[in-house]
Amino acid sequence: MLNLPLSALERRDDFISRHIGPDAAETAAMCADIGVASLATLISETVPAGIRLAAPLAIAAAVPEHEALAKLKAIASKNVLKRSLIGLGYYDTILPKVILRNVLENPGWYTAYTPYQAEIAQGRLEALLNWQQMVMDLTGMALANASLLDEATAAAEAMAMARRASKSKSNAFFVDSAAFPQTIDVVKTRAKYFGWDLVFGTAEEAASADVFGALLQYPDKTGAVRDLTDTIAALKAKGALVAVASDLMALVLLKSPGEMGADIALGSAQRFGVPMGFGGPHAAFFATRDEHKRSVPGRIIGVSVDARGKKALRMALQTREQHIRREKANSNICTSQVLLANMAGMYAVYHGPKGLQTIASRIHKLAAIFAAGLKGAGYTLRTAQFFDTLDIETGDKTATLHADAVAAGYNLRHVSDTALGVSFDEKTTRDDVSALFGLFGVKADLAALEASVALPESLLRTDAILTHPVFNSHHTEHEMLRYLKKLQNRDLALDHSMISLGSCTMKLNATSEMIPVTWPEFSDVHPFVPREQAAGYLEMIEGLANYLRAVTGFPAICMQPNSGAQGEYAGLIAIRRYHEARGDAHRNICLIPKSAHGTNPASAQMCGLNVVVVDCDENGNVDVADLKAKAEQHKDNLAALMITYPSTHGVFEEAVKDICATVHAFGGQVYMDGANLNAQVGLTSPATIGADVSHMNLHKTFCIPQASAAPAWARSASRRTSPRSWPTMP
Amino acid sequence: MSTPTSLRYTETHEWVRMEPDGTVTVGITDHAQNALGDVVFLELPDVGRTLKAGENCAIVESVKAASDIYAPIAGEVIETNQAAVDAPESVNADAYAAWLFKLKPVNADDVAKLLDAAAYDKIANA
Repeated sequence: MLNLPLSALERRDDFISRHIGPDAAETAAMCADIGVASLATLISETVPAGIRLAAPLAIAAAVPEHEALAKLKAIASKNVLKRSLIGLGYYDTILPKVILRNVLENPGWYTAYTPYQAEIAQGRLEALLNWQQMVMDLTGMALANASLLDEATAAAEAMAMARRASKSKSNAFFVDSAAFPQTIDVVKTRAKYFGWDLVFGTAEEAASADVFGALLQYPDKTGAVRDLTDTIAALKAKGALVAVASDLMALVLLKSPGEMGADIALGSAQRFGVPMGFGGPHAAFFATRDEHKRSVPGRIIGVSVDARGKKALRMALQTREQHIRREKANSNICTSQVLLANMAGMYAVYHGPKGLQTIASRIHKLAAIFAAGLKGAGYTLRTAQFFDTLDIETGDKTATLHADAVAAGYNLRHVSDTALGVSFDEKTTRDDVSALFGLFGVKADLAALEASVALPESLLRTDAILTHPVFNSHHTEHEMLRYLKKLQNRDLALDHSMISLGSCTMKLNATSEMIPVTWPEFSDVHPFVPREQAAGYLEMIEGLANYLRAVTGFPAICMQPNSGAQGEYAGLIAIRRYHEARGDAHRNICLIPKSAHGTNPASAQMCGLNVVVVDCDENGNVDVADLKAKAEQHKDNLAALMITYPSTHGVFEEAVKDICATVHAFGGQVYMDGANLNAQVGLTSPATIGADVSHMNLHKTFCIPQASAAPAWARSASRRTSPRSWPTMP
Repeated sequence: MSTPTSLRYTETHEWVRMEPDGTVTVGITDHAQNALGDVVFLELPDVGRTLKAGENCAIVESVKAASDIYAPIAGEVIETNQAAVDAPESVNADAYAAWLFKLKPVNADDVAKLLDAAAYDKIANA
């Protein structure tokens, strides 16, 4: 050993041997077993020569794990941490350490898998049942699903569900103009490609709208809380379905959407213990009345019996999901945000109804004290009834106040040039209120304002919440720890064995990859902070984008979509916009092979594309003759081909370049489903095979944990469509 | 699996019965209910709706699939079977008794052009 050169002892590529299972001997044995001389031979026999990359990927050499972490730490330190009181769907929260360590940081919880084989993780399913019950109780609804990807897409799903279930002849959907801006943006995109009209207005104006559905925000972005019962009744009398976007912490105190007559309740569960993380990932909740249960998107966990008649949990009502109904599915959503949903559910288990009421009441009281102090000092408040958020008229002092607040460590919400807003949260203390009083020139004494309340009795809920024993049993750390362990012990996860499910590409992420997730410099940043406070994030995101450019061969990357199916949707929209920009908006045919993953046709129909199925031959490969015939048959209206490469059967179909060329010849664009990108990296690329747009599942090809269906992020990349085609966040 | 000779059939596994009053009753075949498994939900077309031949007009949902039902011939929906909606399992119990909807055909001759029992059996058993 001492004879070896220093470079051999430095082990700078140690990562590879630690995280790829087979060693040289095992690899040789496997090669011998299948009759190839070496791994290199296997690759050259599997990947067509015509699509092999000429050179290795143009990315920097690997570094050891501790060095990578040091680099990331340096990047993280460029993020500036302030107390963000910006709100708009994102609030600071305290994740109980017992949940942090034993769920978020625990491979037993973040590597379990449920999307298609739920029954092997009964513990996780019970955690989801707790989540669903929590959501049902707080929203006052009969049924809740196992989570959606985020509040904005949940609102868009509610709109689609309203269309499915409503008998109204109107083609319009009402949107509360005081809904969160990012929600409105997503709803606008979805409505456009579904061909629906949007009507914007105040919650008061909604009552007179003639629409098939409506989205109301409660509390709204200004913090305003209003009784929506009459508005909802008026809308429903005309056949509309009403969705209320709400806030779990507010609902601990407030009259529920269910009690007000809503059909659907949705929102983000971020503030139940899940760090803001610069915008995600977070679980969205989605709940509805029993009569709409077959129209609900996403996964639902149900209680059933096993072969021996004992209680067992399983997924229910899956028949409407993409993997079965394909282009006729309720939605293209493939998974959910289970890890985050379970954290939020456990937050409720740990705090229980009284604990949550204490937190919510404290948040409200501090906000009410702050408001009273401002009023006493002569400020005009734009919000009279609120839970945690209020908008304040600050006139020509706005810019100065905002800047002074930043200097003092607080990010306030910039409402306009003449108004600022604040949203209080679980971490807000009386010292914060005193500091803010100082900034606003309020001389009041907190103690004197302690009786302040800004919610009328009529809007407070009177029903009991979270009465199930599970929310009333595990309130000490040791009880919680044992409950988490008990559930974990029921699951088969990657900490036990392999889970050989294709498409989802189960892998055990390196611990060093997971560690930065909980660094405060990453986890405590609000997505809407002034850009200069997120310099670390911006650098990291651009750095990742550069890696993805190298991997895909595409110049333009969109970092927004938060699941594979969302990446497909974004990519198909980019293709539609490309055609629109060239005067070819009529192109609406999408060719999809029979072997495609269910999300492909489901996403296509969500973009207003008509699916034409291409046959597979007896080997399971795309039937090239059928593809050519159909591409030609539809040449005047051909928008796209969706192809997975290698195929969903794992085959690097030799005809891929020919297939892409054919589609191009007839005016279409090629969308490549990146589910199997693992098999391409370094060997070929989406650009090389002829694709124009592709998404990447970062939970498959990079190190986001599956965490039992927590897609977290996917990315879409494209060859040439302009950046204007990509989604942006306000 | 039974295939009554008195009925007509489609390739998409609907059975069709011509009634004395000229209306047509439609359901799904025994083969279909067997393939679907336990039926849990029926979504039937609105009465008054006009259907083209082959138009997707109903859904029979079982525990493993939500299957589309297609209008066997062009016609207007005049009645749907509420008893079947209230007891979806009746479709499994007797697929030929648990009819789904009745049509007033645009052209009564269309029924004769559908498959007979022998032709349907060939397809079902293929």
